[in-house]
Amino acid sequence: MKVPEQVIRIGIVVAVLLTVVLVLRFAVIPPSLFSTEQHQSSTIKRELATPVMHAGVATCRQCHADEFDRKSAGYHKGITCEACHGAGEVHANDPMSVKPIAPRDRKFCPVCHGYDPSRPTGFPQINPTAHNPVKPCIACHDPHDPVPPETPAECSACHAQIERTKALSSHALLPCTTCHEATEQHKIQPRMALPDKPSGREFCGQCHASDSRNRSAPKVDLAAHGDSYLCWECHYPHLPEGR
Amino acid sequence: MSIPASHVLTDHLSQVIGYIYPNEAEIHWSILIVVYPYITGVVAGAFILASLVKVFNVVEVQPTYRLALLTALAFLLVAPFPLLLHLGHPERSYEIFLAPNLTSAMAMFGFVYAWYLMGILLLEIWFEYRHQLIEMANSGRGLMKWVHRSLSLFSQDTSPEALAFDKRASKIITVVGIPSAFLLHGYVGFIFGSVKANPWWGSVLMPIVFLMSAIVSGIAMVILLYMVLCLVRNEKLDMRCLDRMVSFLFYAVIVDFSLEALDFIHRLYQSEESVKILGELISVKLFMNLVVLQVLLGMLVPLALLVVARRGNFNEDMRKLLYFTSVLLIQLGIFSTRWNVVIGGQLFSKSFRGLMGYKMEIGGLEGLLVAIGLMVAPFIILAVLVRVLPTRSLGEKPSPAA
Amino acid sequence: MNKREFLKDMILFIPAGGVLHALAQQAHGLAAGDPGPYGSDYDPSDHLYGMGIEVEKCIGCNRCVEACKIENDVPQEPYYFRTWIERYTIGGDGEAVVESISTQPQPGGDPGPEDRDILRTFFVPKLCNQCANPPCVQVCPVGATFQTKDGVVLVDETRCIGCSYCIQACPYGARYLDPRTKTADKCTFCYHRIIKGMLPACVEVCPTQARIFGDMRSRASRLMRFERMNKINVLKPDLNTEPKVRYAQLDGEVR
Repeated sequence: MKVPEQVIRIGIVVAVLLTVVLVLRFAVIPPSLFSTEQHQSSTIKRELATPVMHAGVATCRQCHADEFDRKSAGYHKGITCEACHGAGEVHANDPMSVKPIAPRDRKFCPVCHGYDPSRPTGFPQINPTAHNPVKPCIACHDPHDPVPPETPAECSACHAQIERTKALSSHALLPCTTCHEATEQHKIQPRMALPDKPSGREFCGQCHASDSRNRSAPKVDLAAHGDSYLCWECHYPHLPEGR
Repeated sequence: MSIPASHVLTDHLSQVIGYIYPNEAEIHWSILIVVYPYITGVVAGAFILASLVKVFNVVEVQPTYRLALLTALAFLLVAPFPLLLHLGHPERSYEIFLAPNLTSAMAMFGFVYAWYLMGILLLEIWFEYRHQLIEMANSGRGLMKWVHRSLSLFSQDTSPEALAFDKRASKIITVVGIPSAFLLHGYVGFIFGSVKANPWWGSVLMPIVFLMSAIVSGIAMVILLYMVLCLVRNEKLDMRCLDRMVSFLFYAVIVDFSLEALDFIHRLYQSEESVKILGELISVKLFMNLVVLQVLLGMLVPLALLVVARRGNFNEDMRKLLYFTSVLLIQLGIFSTRWNVVIGGQLFSKSFRGLMGYKMEIGGLEGLLVAIGLMVAPFIILAVLVRVLPTRSLGEKPSPAA
Repeated sequence: MNKREFLKDMILFIPAGGVLHALAQQAHGLAAGDPGPYGSDYDPSDHLYGMGIEVEKCIGCNRCVEACKIENDVPQEPYYFRTWIERYTIGGDGEAVVESISTQPQPGGDPGPEDRDILRTFFVPKLCNQCANPPCVQVCPVGATFQTKDGVVLVDETRCIGCSYCIQACPYGARYLDPRTKTADKCTFCYHRIIKGMLPACVEVCPTQARIFGDMRSRASRLMRFERMNKINVLKPDLNTEPKVRYAQLDGEVR
């Protein structure tokens, strides 16, 4: 069967193109340009060669054992040196050339300890404007062992959001200790000595039952009100008029 | 991609409503990525129109057969440029050929494009024009003679068997070309439709909707060019051809509109989590583009004009006016469709809580001027192609306008 | 054809086949005797890294964000983050308001939303989830982003063409395009640190140990205890990305 000349001509063009492509792909272009394995391997090598910037506490401790030991006994024991002093590898490699920052400014500590309602309850927070204004934080608190000069008298030092919520409520004038018994130990080792909470309806009834001697609290008939549920399953004690 | 200056991103941030992930401040797929599916859409649509003649034997459309092929070629030649200009490293784009990731829809671009350009379109055009190229080479002089000779690959056989072979080959290539054209544009729809992270894009209907709107834009473009070409050459339009093309366009618009309406109704009815932010997206950021440009002006008004043109017994000039207005509006509508998909999908946060803004640069590699240039370039290329490869067949006399 | 011609053709084909095979092997880029990028004492298949985050411990101090930017040379502008902190405030009306505290650094602590009726409010750290079924790896056209054998997703900045498809495909917004290299970038779990047995920078500096890093293939690791003692959640589980960053106490409002 005679092959049409169009097919031959197209065939020649295709053959030339194919040859060029194959030669380029297999003979000219080096594997390093397209081999996936080589590329992944060299990427990993490159990543691993990235300079480390944060040295880690073990390195800091080698020269600064005093501060480290002081810190490991106090409230800041879980915080690495570099969290406050910045990345330290460059300093660790050549201590005299580069010194890490030692934040002494009043603006620094509130980054963690300034009041913020989204912070978990129990985290020590202060109002940066109101708390000993102008005085540097380190004047009273050693950053490596930040025990407050006096044990906080108020619960609001650590439970600021609850305090602020309660301050808007009808329970504003009631001290926290009205309902929660807290030992001094709770202020020193908070999670080890937790305050207690009321356990029954009769507790709220001390003020709110119909026969209570309290004059200002709203009264309910405890036998009829709220089935047998505990009061705080419905009413938020820190803001009873809220939802 | 040009490095956005800090102030550009600051402008972006000022347009944010609600909450967006911090890394989402920058819109990554710019107007160039709107231009690209528009261009490949016209390619696919023009080729489908051409295939109506070859495969489905719609003889009325024969006068625009060559124009459709050349339109497809002109737009196809421009297609890689928006992509290259958008890449952060266009000089590494050969990696798509050398080391494609087989799980990535985008990786098939190089292969599908090369296949469609060389295996389908150029081959089809060559078989269609071979006879005429030989004649022009034999009767021509100077540079054009050599252009025509080399384009015909120095072929000389004009025997009836060779011509019959040309016709058969052309038909076979077109048959293979139809799914290839679907793949060329459909894979773009798949690129968007397969992104599960983005509820505006991730949908089974996306490749189908892309394809139907591509067919609409392609047919409309060929109609537009046919009318313009006849005007420029001062020739008489073949009204039977025009009417037939318009009826295909009409059916295509109906299908396209139904599919997009289905997508919309389906989303609204299912009322998944993303429906709130998407509703905000449409009402706050896309209202003008979607409701006014894409739906009203881009589909409903042209549809109405076409219905009026078909039902009413208008004279030729009135019909031509209605058709021309419709196809212009349709082009605007399809471009808006691409914009609403590509840019719209990036204007809301994946946190479903915020909306961003897109500030298009005027200059710059991904700016408005470059986009306009890329949209104008196919027409310039087409003008050159029509000079070198005439759209009239051998022996066919141009019909002067009355 | 006869036997002679057949044999003659064979003599040509066999060495030709050999040459093609050698070329194919070279194409794969396999070199003999190469110890690999890790050196001889680290086998990545012995490890699988993951992270745990305790939402209730995060105090939103942003130390992690700053440490990450320093450790990994991330551009300082507030549009490029490998990790960031979100604040959620759910008001009494049930509406959640979200903001990122990392984009506007507050040196003195944020006064916060004071006047709203607040039901719940908390901070959520976010970062690349190093998914076990990563959509970003799936869509990269040139395979520039890949998963290592120890479970970390990396980006090859010499192969990335900057098409941004991976950035579009990530459901968590963890990726960005580095304006200096014009390639995609994201958290690498501080790969250069964890291979040496150190912690990622964000985990290292977290003052409340809200972030926990560990090896899921190790028998004794903080991460395994975290997985045992907490109800674990991941972000966007319906997308089946199988994230390796696990959250404890994750609120349903978090996206």
